[in-house]
Amino acid sequence: MDVAEVDVAIVGAGGAGLRAAIAIAESDPSLSVALISKVYPMRSHTVAAEGGAAAVTQAHDTLEAHFHDTVAGGDWLCEQDVVEYFVGQAHQEMVQMEHWGCPWSRKPDGHANVRAFGGMKIERTWFAADKTGFHMLHTLFQTSIRYPSIRRFDEHFCVDLIVEAGRVQGLLAIEIASGGFRLIRARSVIIATGGAGRVFRENTNGGIVTGDGMALAYRHGVPLRDMEFVQYHPTCMPGTGLLFTEACRGEGGFLLNKDGYRYLQDYGLGPAEPTPRNKAMELGPRDRLSQAYWHEKRKGRTLSGPHGEVVHLDLRHLGEKRLRERLPQIYELAVQYLGVDPAAAPIPVLPAVHYTMGGISADGLTAAPLAGLYSAGECSSVGIHGANRLGSNSLTELLVFGRVAGMEAAAYARTVPHGAPTKIGALAEEARARALAILARPSGGERIATLRREMAQSMEDGCGIYRTAAAMQATCDKLAELQQRYRRVQIDDRSRVWNTEWLLAIELGFLLDVAQAIAHSALSRRESRGSHQRLDGFAERDDAHFLKHSLAFHDGDGPPRIAYGPVKITRSQPGTRAYGAAGEQADAERRAREDVHA
Amino acid sequence: MPEPKNIEICVLRYHPEHDPEPAWRSYQVPCTDDMSVLQGLQHIKDEIDGTLGFRWSCRMAICGSCGMMVNGKPRLSCQTFLRDLQPGPVRIEALAHLPIERDLIVDVGEFVNKLEAIKPYLIPREPRTLAEGEYLQTPAQLERFEQYTSCINCMLCYAACPEYGLNRDFIGPGVIALLHRYNADSRDGGQAQRQPILNAEEGVWSCMAVGYCSEVCPKQVDPANAVNQNKAVSARDYFLRFLAPKGAAP
Ligand SMILES: Cc1cc2nc3c(=O)[nH]c(=O)nc-3n(C[C@H](O)[C@H](O)[C@H](O)COP(=O)(O)OP(=O)(O)OC[C@H]3O[C@@H](n4cnc5c(N)ncnc54)[C@H](O)[C@@H]3O)c2cc1C
Ligand code: SF4
Ligand code: FES
Repeated sequence: MDVAEVDVAIVGAGGAGLRAAIAIAESDPSLSVALISKVYPMRSHTVAAEGGAAAVTQAHDTLEAHFHDTVAGGDWLCEQDVVEYFVGQAHQEMVQMEHWGCPWSRKPDGHANVRAFGGMKIERTWFAADKTGFHMLHTLFQTSIRYPSIRRFDEHFCVDLIVEAGRVQGLLAIEIASGGFRLIRARSVIIATGGAGRVFRENTNGGIVTGDGMALAYRHGVPLRDMEFVQYHPTCMPGTGLLFTEACRGEGGFLLNKDGYRYLQDYGLGPAEPTPRNKAMELGPRDRLSQAYWHEKRKGRTLSGPHGEVVHLDLRHLGEKRLRERLPQIYELAVQYLGVDPAAAPIPVLPAVHYTMGGISADGLTAAPLAGLYSAGECSSVGIHGANRLGSNSLTELLVFGRVAGMEAAAYARTVPHGAPTKIGALAEEARARALAILARPSGGERIATLRREMAQSMEDGCGIYRTAAAMQATCDKLAELQQRYRRVQIDDRSRVWNTEWLLAIELGFLLDVAQAIAHSALSRRESRGSHQRLDGFAERDDAHFLKHSLAFHDGDGPPRIAYGPVKITRSQPGTRAYGAAGEQADAERRAREDVHA
Repeated sequence: MPEPKNIEICVLRYHPEHDPEPAWRSYQVPCTDDMSVLQGLQHIKDEIDGTLGFRWSCRMAICGSCGMMVNGKPRLSCQTFLRDLQPGPVRIEALAHLPIERDLIVDVGEFVNKLEAIKPYLIPREPRTLAEGEYLQTPAQLERFEQYTSCINCMLCYAACPEYGLNRDFIGPGVIALLHRYNADSRDGGQAQRQPILNAEEGVWSCMAVGYCSEVCPKQVDPANAVNQNKAVSARDYFLRFLAPKGAAP
C-alpha cells in the first residue's frame, strides 16, 4: 500500500477544505498539508451555490442585528458565543476573498455590492452575480495553487479514518483512477466533506453530497449533532430539485398560488407589498415558506404538474434586462431545463431538501470530541445554524470556520508526533479489507439503486416538511430493514480502474448511517422548532424539555443512541420567532427590553 | 409523470483492464421529454449495467464534470436533452482529443497542470491590507474580465480544438481564457509573469483561429476572443523586446 505522511490531512476540497488548507499554508509554510477530494476541487458542490455570502457591511447595519437574525432564525438552538464570533469575522473574510480575486458584484462607486436575503433584517449578502459559490470555489482553488505546501490528492475517495491510541492519525483513501489504496498518515485531520442532501429524494444537491465525512466520524464514536434539522428550500425545479436561488426573491420575485395570489400573507408573513421588505413575505425564512407551500397544497390551491404539485415563482415584473444582469444563471436554467422564459411566464417551483443544519459535533473552535479531529463547512455542527439556517450564512461559514479549523488543526499537529507505523499500517490493512469485501460479494443480491431509492423515498415520507411519530417510526423501521439488505448489496463491476459502482456502494453505506441519525433524532424530538415541525400533538416549541442539542451516537449494528447536550445562551433569551409586520413589532419590543436592561 | 418512450443510446465503451480498444454498446432507455442525456446514462448505470463509467455531480451545468461527445459534438450531458435528439440512436463517446481512462472518463490531469502553470491567481498590482478594505473596482472594470471568470473547466473547447487534437502541448482555449481573466482584472499586475507562457511555442501562436471552441463553450466564455486579444499582446511584447532595453518601461 502506498503511504504518504503529512502534518495535516483535509478530507474535502470544497469551500471549507480549501479555506482551511490556505490558512495553514499561509500561517506556516513548513507544515505539510494533504488535501483529499473525491472530485477535482472545482467540482465540489460549493460550486452550485448561487445567492451569496452574508457579512455586515453597510453603515446602518450592525453585528448585533446579524447575530439576532441568525439566532432567532435558528429558533434559539444556536451556540450564541459561536454566532458572535462568526458575525464578527464575516466581513474580514469577504474582503480576504476580494483580495484573492473573487469577482464580487460591485456598486457604481467600486465597492462590493450587497443584496437582500431571506430572514436577514438588512441587506448584507455579498454576491457574484448569481454564481457566488462558483466564483468563491474557483477563487479559492486557484489561490491554493500558490502554496507548494498543499499537496492535493484529487479524485481520491476516503473510505475510513485511522484512529489509534485515542486520536485520529490519518485516513485511508482509494485512488479512483487505479483503484489502489493510499494511506495518508497525519497528525491531525479536518473533515470538510459537505452535506448529506442525497439521503432525500427531491433535493438541490449534487450526486457527490452523500454525507461521507459525517458517517466516517460517526462510526468512530463522534456524535452527530442536531441531525433532525434538514432545510427544505421553497423554490426548486419540479422533477430534478434544481435550485432557483433565494436571490430571485431578494430581487423582488413573488410566490403565487394557482389563483395568482401571494399566499404567504395568509401565514403570518404579510403584509403583501409590491416591493420586497426584508424578513417579510417572500423574504421570510425558508422553513416558514416551505411550510406555507405544504398548507396551500392541502387546501388544493397549488397547480398540478408532471412532477407533483407546484406554485409559481413570478419574476416577470423584474423585466428581461434586470433578470439577465442579476440572475443570468436562473434565466438560463428556466429556459433550458423547463422551457420557461422567466421574463414572459412564471416558473413552476416546489420545495426540495437543500441543507443539513446538523453535522459532526464540534466545539466553537471546530474540534470534535476525538483528539486530532476537526470539521468545517456543511458536514460540521459548529453551532451557528440551530434549527434553521439563514440563507447566505453557510458560504460565510465555510470561510470563517474553514480558517479556524486550519489554524486549530495546525496548532494541534505541532504538539503531537506521528504514531507507530506498524499499528497504523495494521489498521489501514483492516480498513482496506473491508472496502475490498464489497467487490467480492456474490451476485444475486440487491441493486444499489433500489436501496437508494427506497431510502430516499422513505426519508421524504417520514422526515419531510411536517412530521408525525407514526411516519417517522415507519422510516426508522424501513432504514433498519435497508441496513440489513445493504449487507447483500451487489455490484456488477469487479474491476479496479475507475470503478464508480464500488464507490456508489460505499457511499450508500454512508447515506444509510446518516439517514438513521436524522430519522432517530427527529423521532426523539417531541416538539416543533425551526425546520423540525410535528403535527402529532407536538406542534409547539418546548424550551423546558428541548432547548437542547440532540446527539446521535453510533451504536454497533443497531439504531443510533440519542442523547442531549446543552445550548449556549449568552445575550438572546428564547423569544417568539415572528416575521412580517408581527416580526417588526416583536423586534421593537425586544429592543425596548434590552434598552431597559442596558 | 410524463409517458416514457424508448430511445436507443449507444455508448463507446472502453476498459483498460480488459479491452484492447473501445467498442460500441447499445442500450434501450425509457425517455421522457424532460430527461437529459446524463439522466439517460444514470438509468443505464442504475438499472441495466452498473459497469458504465462517467463523471457527473451538479446536474446544473456548473461543476464542469460531465462533458462528453454527443452525436459527435462536445456537450455537457446534463444540459443536453434527449427530446432534442429524437428519434435516436444517440451516440455518446468520451471527449475527443483527450486520453480515455475508462468509458466516458478522460484524463483531466494534463488540463489541470496547464491551469496551474499560468499562475491563475491575483498577483496584486498594489498590496493592500485587510484593514484597508476591498480594492475598488467599478462595474465597467469588472465587465472587462467577467465573462472570462465564467469558465467551468469542462474542457469542451479542448475537444473542439483542432490544434489541440494535433498537439497536446498547446495550452489551449480554456486555460488561455483563464490567463486572460487575471491579466484583464484591474487589480492584477501579473501580466509580465504570465507573458512568457503565451509567447512560447505552445502559447497563443499555436492557435489556428478556427473558433469552434467558442461555439461549443456552454458558458459563453468565448475563449477564441481571449486567444485573439492575447495574440495582439504577444505580438506587441515581441516587438517591444527589440525596441526597449530590458527593464525599461515600454
Ligand atoms: C444549490 C445550492 C445553492 C446554495 N446556495 C447558497 C447560498 O447562496 N449561500 C449560502 O450561504 N449557502 C448556499 N448553499 C449552501 C452551501 O453552498 C453549502 O453548504 C457549502 O457550499 C458546502 O461547502 P463545503 O465546503 O462544506 O462542502 P462541499 O463544497 O460540498 O465540498 C465537499 C468536499 O468533500 C469532498 N468529499 C466528500 N466525501 C468525500 C470522500 N469520501 N472522500 C474524499 N473527498 C470527499 C468532495 O469531493 C468535496 O471536495 C447552497 C447549496 C446548494 C446545494
Ligand atoms: S472556456 Fe468554455 S468550453 Fe472551455 S473549459 Fe471553459 S467553460 Fe468549458
Ligand atoms: S453534472 Fe455538473 S456540469 Fe453537468
